[in-house]
Amino acid sequence: MSERSAERPAFRYRTAELAVAGLLFVLGAVVIFDSVRLGAKWGEDGPQTGYFPFYLGCLICAASAINLWQALRIRGEKNRTFVEVGQLKLVLSVLIPSAAFAALIGWLGIYVAAILYVGFFMRWLGRYAWWKLIAVALGNSTFFYLIFEVWFKIPLPKGPIEMLLGLD
Amino acid sequence: MDEIQSLLQGFAIALTFTNLALMFVGIVLGVIIGVLPGLGGANGVAILLPLTFSMAQTPGGQTSAIILLSCIYWGALFGGAITSILFNIPGEPWSVATTFDGYPLAQKGRAGHALTAAFTSSFVGALIAVIVITFLSPIIASFALEFGPAEFFSVYLLTFCAFVGMSKEPPFKTIAAMMLGFALAAVGTDPVTGTLRLTFGSLRLLTGFDFLIAVIGLFGIGEILLTLEEGLAFKGASAKLNLRAVIETWKELPRYWLTSLRSAAVGCFMGIVPGGATPASFMSYGVARRFSKDGDKFGTGQIEGVVAPETAAHAAGTSALLPMLTLGVPGSPTAAVLLGGLLIWGLQPGPLLFVEQKDFVWGLIASMYLGNIAGLIVVLTCVPLFAAILRIPFSVIAPIIIVICAIGAYTVNNALFDVWMMVVFGIAGYFFKKLSYPLAPLVLAIVLGDRAEASFRQAILGSQGDMGVFFSNGLVGSITSLALFLLFLPLITLVLARLRRG
Repeated sequence: MSERSAERPAFRYRTAELAVAGLLFVLGAVVIFDSVRLGAKWGEDGPQTGYFPFYLGCLICAASAINLWQALRIRGEKNRTFVEVGQLKLVLSVLIPSAAFAALIGWLGIYVAAILYVGFFMRWLGRYAWWKLIAVALGNSTFFYLIFEVWFKIPLPKGPIEMLLGLD
Repeated sequence: MDEIQSLLQGFAIALTFTNLALMFVGIVLGVIIGVLPGLGGANGVAILLPLTFSMAQTPGGQTSAIILLSCIYWGALFGGAITSILFNIPGEPWSVATTFDGYPLAQKGRAGHALTAAFTSSFVGALIAVIVITFLSPIIASFALEFGPAEFFSVYLLTFCAFVGMSKEPPFKTIAAMMLGFALAAVGTDPVTGTLRLTFGSLRLLTGFDFLIAVIGLFGIGEILLTLEEGLAFKGASAKLNLRAVIETWKELPRYWLTSLRSAAVGCFMGIVPGGATPASFMSYGVARRFSKDGDKFGTGQIEGVVAPETAAHAAGTSALLPMLTLGVPGSPTAAVLLGGLLIWGLQPGPLLFVEQKDFVWGLIASMYLGNIAGLIVVLTCVPLFAAILRIPFSVIAPIIIVICAIGAYTVNNALFDVWMMVVFGIAGYFFKKLSYPLAPLVLAIVLGDRAEASFRQAILGSQGDMGVFFSNGLVGSITSLALFLLFLPLITLVLARLRRG
């Protein structure tokens, strides 16, 4: 992971600050919107359902507006690199397989998905020999199977392969 | 001395074979969690919490469950020091200050001395904090028995304003993160009227966001992504800890008794007021450097520079349980997760706990004494073993940690949706951490949101909407005023600084 092109910034602090503060502002606005819909006033029997969240939303929006304004003032020297291209690649190379893993659990069950995920990770980032990664990936899933299904009797999601093996 | 008698009863409960075994299991697991990147006290406890659901239903099981989980916490506090000293990687945020002098010591070949100093002072810090808990918490709890909803809300207010006033993150980012936490807690069914809110017709959101998922994602996945940026290889000093180094260090340590005491005081204060272990460790490192006669040599490998932050971090981490037990207000994210555990097991944290669940409370307090002794023994004897874990390549350990996080997230509610939410929270955690949005108040707000809102609504319902209820008597008035003072503290310091310059 020692690519020299890694020095190049993928994006800078100003962009990141603006994006996060902006997103939080939108979330705050959503909270306000729903609170007003439910009623954020003083009802006949006390504060209405939206009373408390309404003020939360207002505070989120106000704080985010100030954060946005401060982000806009980041200029020149202060606008440091948020993440370099090389770093971003590395982060995404973990994040995307992880998201795929989370999606696969629904199809294949957690044990098979974990075997694929650990194996992929070791091959992709670690370039391990096949026998090593198969041993680690299988061992890992077997270990968790024993702990959760056998010892603690907590069923985890399983897929068609466990069904075939009669483990479900 | 009622406390002593209750404590002895607690020892009788904690000293059963099962509980002692759980203590050691907890400590070992905790140290491993503390050593591994991406797993820490808060998300480690969060992941293992579902395993205790069935345990807590047996008689006396709630005590065993809290002993297991709190020992994981102590273990994680100990474990952070190992990585800081040997690898210059703080396994936990509160052990960052330990790297300043710990790693140079290791480079000089005195890793054994640094580790012994760290573990011993951790133990001392924790011990002082437990003694404080033993004698202070019954007093606070009996005092808090008189609290009504207005008083409770003012305590919550104080907790959250303390984050704004005392954290080093920008105040408006703290407020934004905190309010996001409250908003996430508000999603789902309104606890008072039962109306659905902020669900936008989604069935998944009916039950709201579970704080355990948020903790696992924010601290676990987020942390892994951050670690990745630093590269994949860990290079570390070798971990040899022989008896001679231990004894030599122990002979040296009494010299720093004043530093220890001062750091423990800073730690206890910062733990009870929710400042947390991390600022406590930095603060006491700074104080020790100013007061030590070897202050100039700090950063080059001074034993005293390891003693100060470690004592404070452990004192803060331990005393964070005091407000959790007595008031139901946790002082740290891990304490917040433990509080969530109590709620799930069907216990009401707060002053009534000391009246209705004596066995549970004193069993836990007694286990803190024993757990820290067990911890000291485990870490002193097994350091090389734990250090070996860090030599497992990242490309092997990272996917396994993420699988553990996913299993932990799934088992909370047996819902796949939670695993996806964990990934979302992980991305949020990565950005928040990099942009210094604090995560601790966010997590605390998710845990306490419903309770804070309920006490707020009860209080103003009683006063027919008059906010004056929060100033209606001396007690609630002074807590609210203190809270407002802390809230505006950043503004006050800013104005004072301007005035001084101008």
